[in-house]
Amino acid sequence: MEPIKRLRSTTVVMPSTNIDTDQIIPARYLTVTTKTGLGQALFADLRYASDGTPKPEFVLNRPEAAGSQILVAGHNFGCGSSREHAPWALVDYGFRAVVSTAIADIFKSNALKNGLLPVIVDPTTHRWLLEHPGALVTIDLEATELALPDGHRVAFPIDGFARHCLLHGVDELGYLLSQLPAIERYEAAHGR
Amino acid sequence: MPARTMFDKVWTAHEVVPETPDTPAVLYVDLHLTHEVTSPQAFALLRARGLPVRRTDRTLATMDHSTPTRTEQVFGDEPIGLTDAARQVHQLEENAKEFAVELFGLRDPRRGIVHVIGPEQGATQPGMTIVCGDSHTSTHGALGALAFGIGTTEVGHVLATQCLLQRKPKTLAVEVGGRLGAGVTAKDLILAIIGKIGVSGGTGHVLEYRGPAISALSMAERMTVCNMSIEAGARAGMIAPDELTLEYLAGRPRRPRGADWDAAVAGWRSLATDPGAAFDSRVEIDASALEPMITYGTNPGMVLPIGGAIPSDRDDPVFERALAYMGFRPGEPMLGKRVDVVFVGSCTNGRLEDLQATAQILRGRRVAPGVRMLVVPGSQEVKREAEALGLAEVFRAAGAEWRESGCSMCLGMNGDTVPAGATSVSTSNRNFEGRQGVGARTLLASPYTAAACAVAGKITDPRDLL
Repeated sequence: MEPIKRLRSTTVVMPSTNIDTDQIIPARYLTVTTKTGLGQALFADLRYASDGTPKPEFVLNRPEAAGSQILVAGHNFGCGSSREHAPWALVDYGFRAVVSTAIADIFKSNALKNGLLPVIVDPTTHRWLLEHPGALVTIDLEATELALPDGHRVAFPIDGFARHCLLHGVDELGYLLSQLPAIERYEAAHGR
Repeated sequence: MPARTMFDKVWTAHEVVPETPDTPAVLYVDLHLTHEVTSPQAFALLRARGLPVRRTDRTLATMDHSTPTRTEQVFGDEPIGLTDAARQVHQLEENAKEFAVELFGLRDPRRGIVHVIGPEQGATQPGMTIVCGDSHTSTHGALGALAFGIGTTEVGHVLATQCLLQRKPKTLAVEVGGRLGAGVTAKDLILAIIGKIGVSGGTGHVLEYRGPAISALSMAERMTVCNMSIEAGARAGMIAPDELTLEYLAGRPRRPRGADWDAAVAGWRSLATDPGAAFDSRVEIDASALEPMITYGTNPGMVLPIGGAIPSDRDDPVFERALAYMGFRPGEPMLGKRVDVVFVGSCTNGRLEDLQATAQILRGRRVAPGVRMLVVPGSQEVKREAEALGLAEVFRAAGAEWRESGCSMCLGMNGDTVPAGATSVSTSNRNFEGRQGVGARTLLASPYTAAACAVAGKITDPRDLL
């Protein structure tokens, strides 16, 4: 995983609340056995017509969305299925952060393991972001702050351990493997 | 020792290393269930790092999501219809073999939906921690286990270490008083709970369902309730084990035996939340006041009593978009709306009792002309039981299709889908846009309601047919 310290990007805005992981990537794309190439299927039913052509009105199909790394979405983004294909698809497409007032638990956990920053902001900041699609925003993981174009900065919460892993590009498995002696002691003591 | 919740007892007993401000807890996993969709990349990770599956005795694999339900494709010579689905099924067979993981393969008589077979085999037990790369793992909480869905990276973590890194969630008590009325089921109860607390109301929390209406539920009904905890945003739901739980487990293949059983039972009896233990939050609901429930929108929180009308006072573009997707208008009543497809099955309502409820309505009746009805048992064991009781004959005589077990039309990964624009009444758990097929419109309801709608060809109160 590549380390992330700071992101600076224009935003793409999807104001809908409760965008579920079935919308992020529909189940028929989950028959893969690898993680790669899922960006093609990101938001497939919203993004493509039934003949496979892009729907011009969908936000990701507009020219101004090109190259954006920050998705601003409505409350409770990523609810529903635990499919990690959802953050895989977002990252493969090019997103590095999702900003909302709430992000579903399993999606958030999956996102953190794939270098996709879940950024929770207050309703006022969120409303401003929803009303200003394409705003140039900076997300500073070291300072755990999101900066608006006028320089106004808001702190966002992130688990310290996950932040450490993201900043240094290390995955959690290495840490867990380092706990094997404790795991063995637990198993012996608890009859596992 | 201070009074503790059931969740707290189970969590603490599985802390290999407690959490600190800087590091999450290392939590031990007693049972890791796995299936073909969310495991391939995890096995690939192990292969890439040269790691074995650390505890094959605590790992159990089945196949359910991508598997066909047509008998000819499961037991006959007909190939699986979807090439990618077939590849995923074969990949799991190869991974299980390479890593020596026990697998209930396509033709195994014990195969079924992962959340049906765990309890059925007695692999799911009170006080356990259980995880699976599937959000409906919350189902297993019906037996007093702490059970939750994880992502594929975490599936890899558990395969490699039998542990997960977790922050301790908060607790939410769902107190259910009164008793469900005739024709009102556990499905209606959980839909009402989701309607009350909302689809993100349980985020960051483990739910404990409590109270007289919960104690009165059968084990299958408790599984239906816990199953949909995730639809309220909660990763887990739990119900305290009681005599009914012990009765359910006695005689199941993977239960503890002999002295181990006695020791286990003693532990299980001490799991319930202590009197006076504090929950982080609390919600109350009166089961006696509930009616059969049905969803009208594109998330499970958009739900109302079946005799009710779609809200007309919402000034919200997301709400309007959901209704446009469903082809509904504000203020319309639900009763009488046309139904094209009816699906009975899934980890929510694919157990024997659900099929018995369905047959109760269908017996001596026919599925309405123009309606397609699919009945898919939750496991091969459920299928055999239903056939032995003559339920399959009732379904066939009514004009419904009777299939092999699997997730099937709940998410349509195996090709069992609802056509675009068609309205489906489904006993499954998600009415998201496109969940049952591109453009499919899903209404979630109980098996009674689904069967009643199939017979009438329109939205119908099942109590009229009971």
